[in-house]
Amino acid sequence: MKLFRITGGVHPDDCKTLTAKHAIETLPLPDLLHVPLQQHIGSPAAPVVRRGEQVLKGQLLAHSQGMISAPVHAPTSGRVMGVGNYPAHHASGLSVPTITLQPDGEDRWANNTAIPIDPFKLPSEEIAARVSAAGIVGMGGATFPAAVKLNLRTRYTLKTLVINGAECEPFLTCDDRLMQEQAADVIDGIRIMAHALGVEKVLIGIENNKPDAQSAMDAAAADYPDISIARLPTRYPMGSEKHLVQTLTGRETPARGLTADIGVVVHNVATALAVHDALRCGRPLVSRVVTVSGSAIRNPKNLRVLVGTPVDDLLNYCGGFTSTPARLISGGPMMGQRLPGTRVPIIKGSSGILALTHEETVHDAVMPCIRCASCVRVCPCGLVPLEMANHARAGDLEGAAGFGLMDCIACGSCAYVCPSNIPLVQYFNYAKGELTARQRAEHKQAETRRLTELRSERMEKQKQAKREALAKRRQAAKAQQQKKAAEADA
Amino acid sequence: MDAPLVSGPHAHGAVSVSRTMVLVMLALLPATLFGVYLYGWPALNLLLITVLSALVAEGTSLRLAGKPVRPYLLDGSAALTGWLLAMTLPPWAPWWIGAAGSFFAIVVGKQVFGGLGQNLFNPAMVARVALLIAFPVEMTTFITPQPLFSSNAPGFLQGLAISLGSGVQIDMVSSASTLGHVKTELTRGISVHNALAPVYDLLTGFIGYMPGSMGETSALLILAGGIFLLFKRVITWHIPVSMIASLMLLATLFHGINPERYIGPLVHLLSGATLLGAFFIATDLVTSPVTAKGQLLFGAGCGALVFIIRSWAAYPEGMAFAVMLMNALTPLIDHYVRPRVYGRDRKGEPLVYEGKPEPPP
Ligand code: SF4
Ligand code: SF4
Repeated sequence: MKLFRITGGVHPDDCKTLTAKHAIETLPLPDLLHVPLQQHIGSPAAPVVRRGEQVLKGQLLAHSQGMISAPVHAPTSGRVMGVGNYPAHHASGLSVPTITLQPDGEDRWANNTAIPIDPFKLPSEEIAARVSAAGIVGMGGATFPAAVKLNLRTRYTLKTLVINGAECEPFLTCDDRLMQEQAADVIDGIRIMAHALGVEKVLIGIENNKPDAQSAMDAAAADYPDISIARLPTRYPMGSEKHLVQTLTGRETPARGLTADIGVVVHNVATALAVHDALRCGRPLVSRVVTVSGSAIRNPKNLRVLVGTPVDDLLNYCGGFTSTPARLISGGPMMGQRLPGTRVPIIKGSSGILALTHEETVHDAVMPCIRCASCVRVCPCGLVPLEMANHARAGDLEGAAGFGLMDCIACGSCAYVCPSNIPLVQYFNYAKGELTARQRAEHKQAETRRLTELRSERMEKQKQAKREALAKRRQAAKAQQQKKAAEADA
Repeated sequence: MDAPLVSGPHAHGAVSVSRTMVLVMLALLPATLFGVYLYGWPALNLLLITVLSALVAEGTSLRLAGKPVRPYLLDGSAALTGWLLAMTLPPWAPWWIGAAGSFFAIVVGKQVFGGLGQNLFNPAMVARVALLIAFPVEMTTFITPQPLFSSNAPGFLQGLAISLGSGVQIDMVSSASTLGHVKTELTRGISVHNALAPVYDLLTGFIGYMPGSMGETSALLILAGGIFLLFKRVITWHIPVSMIASLMLLATLFHGINPERYIGPLVHLLSGATLLGAFFIATDLVTSPVTAKGQLLFGAGCGALVFIIRSWAAYPEGMAFAVMLMNALTPLIDHYVRPRVYGRDRKGEPLVYEGKPEPPP
């Protein structure tokens, strides 16, 4: 299959051998589960259970609200201990609305789930509705509600479904293992999504550092001529949605647009598996595979974990730390976030928990930029990171935006190669946040101004109307008088 | 666990400022050793003097500016500036040329602008130009090769004497560089061909056994160093290739029109600072453009200016001037020449596709 070149990118040491050969193990039931109500992009789900209530596995805990949202289900059977706040799976460490569940140890499925029928006989809307009801979100880390993407067919002409099996982040092997161990189910989920989207063609992109996954998926897709496996060169950020699509189709997604603008929808392999589970077995998304790795972990593993399981449980199961980790990360080392602690729960988007040693992470002193242009060479988005950083640091956010700040995908390639160790992405994230906040403020101001203007306009109109009415009355009165006078004269 | 919130990436490539500087020094090493061999002890003294003075100047400036001294001294940038300066000086230049040059390079060429990464001009070239203007005689007195331990070579003590500036023996062995020689002869009405014939052949030029600046003469070894830098991705091909191409193109053109008046392209390539300039000076990271296209433009400009200065200006060599002139244009080039942003056209507008999306091939 013909592939297209993307510009830029880096080749970090992929460190995947730590876990690549470890088959997925199921983590034993934890003592407590903390299930956050917002594990997706969009509005948080609204709880439908109360403290003390007994729930079954897969039973709805909170329903989705609004257009972009996803429901949350009970990961196992047990008792609701409370609906309150708990530290989030997020760098900020802030507490977020969370349902705490005490497992009863029986792990009994609710049978409220829709009776599985052949999904290929279902209309697209029904498939999307079931995916939505199962609480499925993008499991590559973006956590965008999957059903919203399946519904794009109503607004765009879609031709191709691209399945992201690139897994270009170092250390992570959860998708690799899924593709090897459950290739048939993944392919089935992919076919269901393709059916729902009504696309003609499916392209599955898998990087060449996963030859076993490539051949497993090849074998599983052998009977389906419209599904092809693309063997991708190993290069970060191959798994960036827009860059993956370009590699496979040769077309660039327009800036500020969606891949749907060029007829493509992208889903992750783990999402495909979740779709299979939902449509074939009627099971909502309540667990996921997480890679626990890094040199500070005693026995790195790939684990199937219930959503809501505290990170602590995963770490203990993997034998704990060999040494105090220099950094604890959720996701991959390139785009992952720091975790504030080990109490936080696993959520639908957690692909990895990494405990990195001092040697594995960034620690050198920051030096001034020597204009070496490495960052320019590796930026996959054609930006000039050093200039954006200069402007951002000087507080000139518009200047940074002029250099394309908002087109930056925060992939971190630039900071990875910077000899001066400049935390470029940190600057960009800060500047983006500020800029968005400012725009929002400006928007609000403009809105207030518009409303005030509208109001004064309205007032003005009312006054005008009053004046006119008054004038008319006066005229009428005058005319009356004149008439009377004339009559009197006569 | 370490301090505050840090965005990704949490991993980092095996790169640092000092690694970059050390790689450049490694690349300079063969040509440097050859220079020391060719011109003996005084050349080695000169190198030590420029490097040490550069370090002293850097340390003093940093202290005066209240900046941390250690990390910046250890980054290797000052030592490299001193080293590069030595490469472009006449090998038997007295110590004060080297010391004054290094001080000027570091203080005026770099620290005044704000230190590492802030300078507009290549510091070594700033110093070279200043020296050329201030000390025209010393800066153009070259010597014929006196290889170390050969019968005519100055011994260690004699070498010290030369470095200290007592002009022993210099007159006996002094000579003009190839380009200087041609320039003088041209002004006397002697054609390029006749001027070159007795003193120059291309093979010698390639190996470098001829009078010239300390580290500029051996095309072969400089090329080897340059290729090493390309291989290590410290520099990219854009500046060296465009610079050499534009110089050669102009030389071919004018030499074709009037071979008696204009030097041929190969002589241009193999003499003076052409290769050192193309691989080590014009490619200076701080003072050259950051985009590939900008670098092509920059290199082509340097090559053209070198040709213009060598052919028509009063100086036989034009590398330093050419590079500095282009350095001055770097901010402009970087302002106007930018890469195309992903998903946008050259004007910065989002891409628009005609009609319906096509299926992929
Ligand atoms: S990689 Fe770092 S040092 Fe090099 S130009 Fe970019 S910001 Fe500057
Ligand atoms: S983080 Fe942004 S600027 Fe840096 S390489 Fe990635 S897209 Fe380019």
